[in-house]
Amino acid sequence: MPNEKIRFEGVTKRYGALTVLDKLDLSINEGEVVTIIGPSGSGKTTVLRCLMTLESIEDGVIRIDGEPLNMMERDGTLVPASTGHLRKMRRKLGMVFQSFNLFPHLTVLQNCAEPPVLALGVKRDEARKRAQELLEMVGMSDKHAHYPAQLSGGQQQRVAIARTLAMQPDILVFDEPTSALDPETIEEVTSVIRALAVKHSYTMLMVTHQIDFAHDISDRICFFDKGRIVEQGPPAAVIDAPSEARTQQFLSKVAQAR
Amino acid sequence: MDWRWDFTFDTVLPRILPGLWVTVEVTFLSFILTLVLGLVLMLARRSRSRIISFAAGEFIEFMRGMPLLVVIFFLFFLLPEVNIYLAPFWTGVLAMGIYNAAPAAEIMRGGLQAVPKGQWEAAHALNYSTYRTWRNVILPQAIGPVVPGLGNLLILAFKETPLLSFVAVPEMPDAARRIASETYRFTEPLTVVGILFLILSLASALLIRLVERHMLTENRYAK
Repeated sequence: MPNEKIRFEGVTKRYGALTVLDKLDLSINEGEVVTIIGPSGSGKTTVLRCLMTLESIEDGVIRIDGEPLNMMERDGTLVPASTGHLRKMRRKLGMVFQSFNLFPHLTVLQNCAEPPVLALGVKRDEARKRAQELLEMVGMSDKHAHYPAQLSGGQQQRVAIARTLAMQPDILVFDEPTSALDPETIEEVTSVIRALAVKHSYTMLMVTHQIDFAHDISDRICFFDKGRIVEQGPPAAVIDAPSEARTQQFLSKVAQAR
Repeated sequence: MDWRWDFTFDTVLPRILPGLWVTVEVTFLSFILTLVLGLVLMLARRSRSRIISFAAGEFIEFMRGMPLLVVIFFLFFLLPEVNIYLAPFWTGVLAMGIYNAAPAAEIMRGGLQAVPKGQWEAAHALNYSTYRTWRNVILPQAIGPVVPGLGNLLILAFKETPLLSFVAVPEMPDAARRIASETYRFTEPLTVVGILFLILSLASALLIRLVERHMLTENRYAK
């Protein structure tokens, strides 16, 4: 029985009258690669944002390693999490954004070396060394002195992945990592993510519109619509032979677009 | 029109130069107050409390729609009514400081809004503390766009100081007028004042350009 790493229990998120996540239950095991697919506005990205505590949730609990994220236990009851608790829990999480969000005033190397120093208290020399190794891994070490504005989208996203890894998370969250990229540069990013999924034991949760890529690297696909999981299972089932009509409809639309 | 050099150097300059010093002092002291108050106003305007943000917004609008002279008179004649007695010099510093805080707050708010939301989210996802988020992510990006606007405000402040002569702050035009009314010679004192203001404005413009240049070399990312 593998360890459960992340668990959403009845998570509900509303924006005013609009329910974006409707009593979501989702469990992800250690080392598992789970990809969420589905139409725009179905709440896919919101799942990631709630996990990253970028959004608050109205109801339910998110657990990481069994421990509540948005709440904490005090005297046997659950109370809203303190800043300290949130920071402790977030240490396990790393996020890669659709729009990279690199720090434009820092060089590539500083982007990867500064966060561990400032947020984890890692020694400067050590952080630099580790950042150099990570940039090597994503194939960006020759650009270490460049600023983000001098790089292509694909290069920026590879740096952003290195920056996320520099924080030594156990869970990697990818929010449409290739959606803002030119078609030619998508491959350089997906190959980095593929290497992380295959060679390393990260638990990964990803949202993407690249169905083939999702099929390739995922252990499990969740098809999302209107804030609910319509269908989930291994790619061979959900993508190749979907059983729900809504999933079939979505995938045939995507296939047509290709 | 005749111009007398001996009068210019023996009478005009010695009496106007102290005024120059007053002008510089009032401007810089009030500008410091402007920066501090502007920051407070800007933060108040961004406050999550509706009341605080509304009050700050209304104050900014009120100050924008008000001539500086009215603010100076207001403080000079009405503060004593509530038993606050300030020297004219400090009334001037206070009036200009408060008056320019409103546009300063708007300039700073603009700079802050220019930082994309994704930068806050990246700092959050990287587990930065609130202090680190401001100090290492947001402010380095917000300061650059703000420097030219605040620099303009500083030059405007120099040019506003003559208004303080209405409440007897002994700055340059005030000294010039006194000389003129005693000697019936207007040409030399007013010309000297004009030239000194020009020098001040050029010097501060140069200072601002240097700061901007410094920011640009610091932040080459601007491409």
